[in-house]
Amino acid sequence: MTEVTETMLPGVGVRHEIVTAAGQRIGVLVHHNGRRELLVYDVADPDACSSVVSLDYEETRTLAELLGATRVSEEVHDIIHDIEGQAIEWITVAPDSSAAGTTIGDGNYRSRTGASIVTVIRSEKPVPAPGPEFRLEGGDLVVAVGSSSALRELQGLLEQP
Amino acid sequence: MMFAAGSTETALAFVEIGALALGLALLSRLAGRLGITAVPLYLIAGLAFGEGGLARLDVSEDFAALAAEIGVLLLLFTLGLEYSDVELRNGLQTGVPPGLTDMALNALPGVAAGLLLGWHWLAAVLLGGVTWISSSGIISKSLGDLSRLGNRETPSVLNLLVFEDLAMAVYLPVVAALIVGGTLLATLTSVGVALLTVTLILLAALRFGRRLSRLLLTDSDEALLLGVFGVTLLVAGIAQLFDVSGAIGAFLIGLALSGKVEKRAEQLISPLRDLFAGTFFLFFTFNINPADMPPVILPALALAVVGIVTKFVTGWYAAGRLGVGRKGRVRAGTMLIARGEFSIVIAALGAGLADGSELGAVAAGYVLITAVAGPLITKFADNLADIGSSRKASVGQTVPAAGTNQRRPAAAAT
Repeated sequence: MTEVTETMLPGVGVRHEIVTAAGQRIGVLVHHNGRRELLVYDVADPDACSSVVSLDYEETRTLAELLGATRVSEEVHDIIHDIEGQAIEWITVAPDSSAAGTTIGDGNYRSRTGASIVTVIRSEKPVPAPGPEFRLEGGDLVVAVGSSSALRELQGLLEQP
Repeated sequence: MMFAAGSTETALAFVEIGALALGLALLSRLAGRLGITAVPLYLIAGLAFGEGGLARLDVSEDFAALAAEIGVLLLLFTLGLEYSDVELRNGLQTGVPPGLTDMALNALPGVAAGLLLGWHWLAAVLLGGVTWISSSGIISKSLGDLSRLGNRETPSVLNLLVFEDLAMAVYLPVVAALIVGGTLLATLTSVGVALLTVTLILLAALRFGRRLSRLLLTDSDEALLLGVFGVTLLVAGIAQLFDVSGAIGAFLIGLALSGKVEKRAEQLISPLRDLFAGTFFLFFTFNINPADMPPVILPALALAVVGIVTKFVTGWYAAGRLGVGRKGRVRAGTMLIARGEFSIVIAALGAGLADGSELGAVAAGYVLITAVAGPLITKFADNLADIGSSRKASVGQTVPAAGTNQRRPAAAAT
């Protein structure tokens, strides 16, 4: 992990900053009222911000998703190329479903439905290519590839108790 | 009487207060248009009207005077709200050397000027306070307007403001006790009582703050507003009975509140504060006769020039301690120039002194100049830094171009 420097700004909030490998300094200012500001520091004058982007709650979430989810979608993108003509579905494992708490191997999903689980996203962290020993939990977001009928079948298994 | 509905006096009071509020509204709009805070405009308006001016309040003067006093309490209360105890502790840990430098560089010229003008030493000490304290209102507005909150020199500026605010918690009650005066023994006793009271309230605020916050917390905005307003005035009143400045009581209550109550109280009290504090600034110069201004313009101007330079040095030094480069240090130094609300609060304390009217006039002139010049100068801080560096480079030939060769620590420890 890149080292994050935190600085308290009395009466304003907390500033977090990192320096990228290329030497560019960027930061996030979290105001006490929850508003966020994205800070990009100037190259010539590294104490000043060359641009400041103010973000409300929704915008912060969207940006965080974009930044966090890029890796998943890149991997999914590669798979799409491999299996042209097939569909992709994002399915949330229902907490009360029979799949929650069992491993992917237990469920034997690929043989039963024909759809493959390519990635599981748990608490916003992607687990690419999970093995048969991977245990699904309620709330996991499962990214699966297959024909649309196979995906519908898989959706049933992951959502129904 | 006030409550005799339909009486002519009540009607006149309504007209006066209404005209007053509308006047403040117009000035506040104008200030927004000009991109400055409204305080200097309120001061000018107060001078133009009021004592020796174009028109003065007649029936509603008592009301305006009380409203102005409440304005001071709410100003200090919201200032106390602004910082959490963690931020205060942090500010104290890192801010003492710059804070003391700030005091020495900025308060002493004011004291010296007061003595040079031949004032009583107490009035000179108050003038020291006027020149010392930067305006946190103007500065936080400028930091936001100029998008400098994320800048690396900004913590040094904010930590100085925290230190000044804490220093006020000691300074205000001490001078309030000195003003009450009496024999040496009586004065020493009242200063002692004042410091003791402040310490007790501060300890109680830190210890029972959470409990007080819980007691005041309700879902109803109405109940919360009344509760917070009531506690603030009550504690301020009790503090005043012990000859401790009531404003400090309000400040400490603001400090004590935490969590949800703190956030909601800030939203609820802020409009009330704007209303009352606006009256306070207007009322301050209301009592200054415009005829008193011309003789003090030169001293105020000279003092302002000195104050601009000393604040600049303070900010330059404080930002340098965080490893900030030349441009950032110029921005920090110029950012601190503006004096405002607290200089006026301090000057108002001395209104009853023999040199009180002169003190008020100098303070008004001083605040007018620095409050307008500060935000303007800091807007062009980067240009100032460029001018300075190109001159140096052409003279010395050894100074590296800005930003190329500066030492930069890996992390700012704050």
